[in-house]
Amino acid sequence: MTTTTQTEAGRPTLADRYATFMSRHSSLMPTFAAIVILIVLLVGAQIAFGNFITPRNMSALLLNNAYLLILAVGLTFVILTGGIDLSVGSVMAFTGILCAKLLAEGLPAIVAIPLMLLGGAAIGLLIGVLVHYFDVQPFIASLAGLFLARGLAFVVSLSSIRVEDPAVLWLQRTRLTVGDWYLTPTGILALLIVAIGVFVTQWTRFGRTIYAIGGNEQSARLMGLPVARTKILVYVISGVCGGLAGLVLTAYSGAGYPLNGVGTELDAIAAVVIGGTLLTGGSGYVIGSMIGVLVYGVIKTIIAFMGAEQSWTRIIIGGLLLVFIVVQRFIVTRSERRR
Amino acid sequence: MKKLVTHRLFWPVMALLALIVVNTIARPQFISVTVRDGELYGALIDILRNSAPLMLVALGMTIVIATRGIDLSVGAIMAVSGAVALTIIDTSGDPGGGATVAVALLVGILVALVLGVWNGFLIAVLGIQPIIATLVLMLAGRGVALLITDGFITTVTSAPYKFIATGYVIGLPFALFISVAAILVISLLERRTALGVLTESVGINPEASRLAGVRARGIVFGAYAASGVLAGMAGVLYSSNIMAADANAAGLYIELYAILAVVLGGTSLMGGKFTIAGTVVGVLTIQTLESTILFLGVPSAQAPVFFAAVVVVVVLVQSPRLHRFARGLFAARRPDGGGPSAPPPTPPTTTEQTKAEAVR
Repeated sequence: MTTTTQTEAGRPTLADRYATFMSRHSSLMPTFAAIVILIVLLVGAQIAFGNFITPRNMSALLLNNAYLLILAVGLTFVILTGGIDLSVGSVMAFTGILCAKLLAEGLPAIVAIPLMLLGGAAIGLLIGVLVHYFDVQPFIASLAGLFLARGLAFVVSLSSIRVEDPAVLWLQRTRLTVGDWYLTPTGILALLIVAIGVFVTQWTRFGRTIYAIGGNEQSARLMGLPVARTKILVYVISGVCGGLAGLVLTAYSGAGYPLNGVGTELDAIAAVVIGGTLLTGGSGYVIGSMIGVLVYGVIKTIIAFMGAEQSWTRIIIGGLLLVFIVVQRFIVTRSERRR
Repeated sequence: MKKLVTHRLFWPVMALLALIVVNTIARPQFISVTVRDGELYGALIDILRNSAPLMLVALGMTIVIATRGIDLSVGAIMAVSGAVALTIIDTSGDPGGGATVAVALLVGILVALVLGVWNGFLIAVLGIQPIIATLVLMLAGRGVALLITDGFITTVTSAPYKFIATGYVIGLPFALFISVAAILVISLLERRTALGVLTESVGINPEASRLAGVRARGIVFGAYAASGVLAGMAGVLYSSNIMAADANAAGLYIELYAILAVVLGGTSLMGGKFTIAGTVVGVLTIQTLESTILFLGVPSAQAPVFFAAVVVVVVLVQSPRLHRFARGLFAARRPDGGGPSAPPPTPPTTTEQTKAEAVR
């Protein structure tokens, strides 16, 4: 009897190691799953089309989804605290058209860009104050933010405004090339935001407070963590990211348009969830959101390659979202049972 | 009088009345209803007629919110049911025939029921968060609708189908009869049977009601199925009004307006207590506000700013923290010279405070 237990304890089998790893890193599992899905999609597309993983195609992937990446990073902060921000798409549209209008009025980009970031931050602040100080559900508070930003976008202008400012267009037109690979300043900006997001969530006191609030707000408060400040700040961060995404989208399309980004908040939420962040808060990674956006982008590219209709993108994203939610649900119930 | 003021419907009704009064002062013809060829015309009639789709969706949303859920997919369900109904009429040999229209209606609403059941399955059986479970359908649903219409805006001409949204019966719009019928059916089911109480108990504490022998799963399931059917009817109404299936525009943002109507009516998003009369008032308020904004000459695209302001005001008025703050303000004033007329609300204040604490 004793010998068998000793051998089992002394030489852990592969299955044991696997079980230990799984229990220690269960929050990493959804993100791993997203990476696996991304690789399967890329390899599958390469096999099917033969010319999918090309430098040009992969570079375009980052360029086309830079705005969504920035939105998803901001949204990840909010979702990690257990909240939600429905306003991101509208904030992006509002700040984008605001920027185009200010530039058309003759303001230099150096003034217009901080103003649009400020606009995004102000809407984020409004949502955060409603959520924290008035106990409004994040869903409803950010719904007010959605209506406000979308309406304000139309107050700024009812039609699209072209952007001719060289500084803004430089963000899009400059291509740093290495062989066939290229990177635009908008892509660099998006990657920079991801890097900052990863750093802040993983290695700062603020980041740990975010996870603590998402895990259990009451405990976080009792531990003396700055709950109020953190909760409001995550919405401001999401708003600022909305502003940055507005800048990137304006540069990308060369114009501001008040109807931009209708439904983008859902795309961003889907990307965050596919990336493995739990909507109940407290578990997930900014890097996962990047993977989620890339999965999203690859699916869009595959559908474009197939020449299929746009409708399939929505259906596939919806289906994928469902798969991930069921997987997450499974993981959550299992970890709850273990406790 | 005091009873009147403290009634939960007092403030929603006051808001609606205030809107109507302001409108009537601004343009006296607002209140007038004229009879033309035996049919009633007027701004008020228009509001009643145009509010029908939102009314149907908001009724379903009320029941879903009462179970502490939320249904984001109603707009997508509207798009699908409208697309299905119009495609059936479009592909049939006899678009004007009564049988064709009946089949189209039936199939359109049946598809909506299936989608509602799907939501119910995800939420009640798999236990997924309602906001996410319905988000799946919200994303995929419009894709399905686009697929049904082949990405085009299908337009058809069919007199009986057009009648649903624009027809008149005994001088009143037919759409009004549909929404009144829906209100009656839902309130009879929820208020004249035990179903309403059970729904509230599930919304307040699903686990406790399950232990008490309430079939919580079935009730949640039924709520989403009902919401799906009502959204399907709204989709048919919408497509009948414009006689086109527009997969992208049908029911866009209607889930948000429906939630707003429910909240305006005084139902809490925390689940539990719900009021159908409040939702009806909320829907009419939103529709009146929209007509007011249009009258003011504000482009309809800018209307969301007004709605945002309304949402903020409403949630602030409902906020327990603000109530406590206001009570504190009055309590501080009373010793200075509140007078004998000041009511002694100490016991209710403390109970309400504890209630507010408990909710948080």
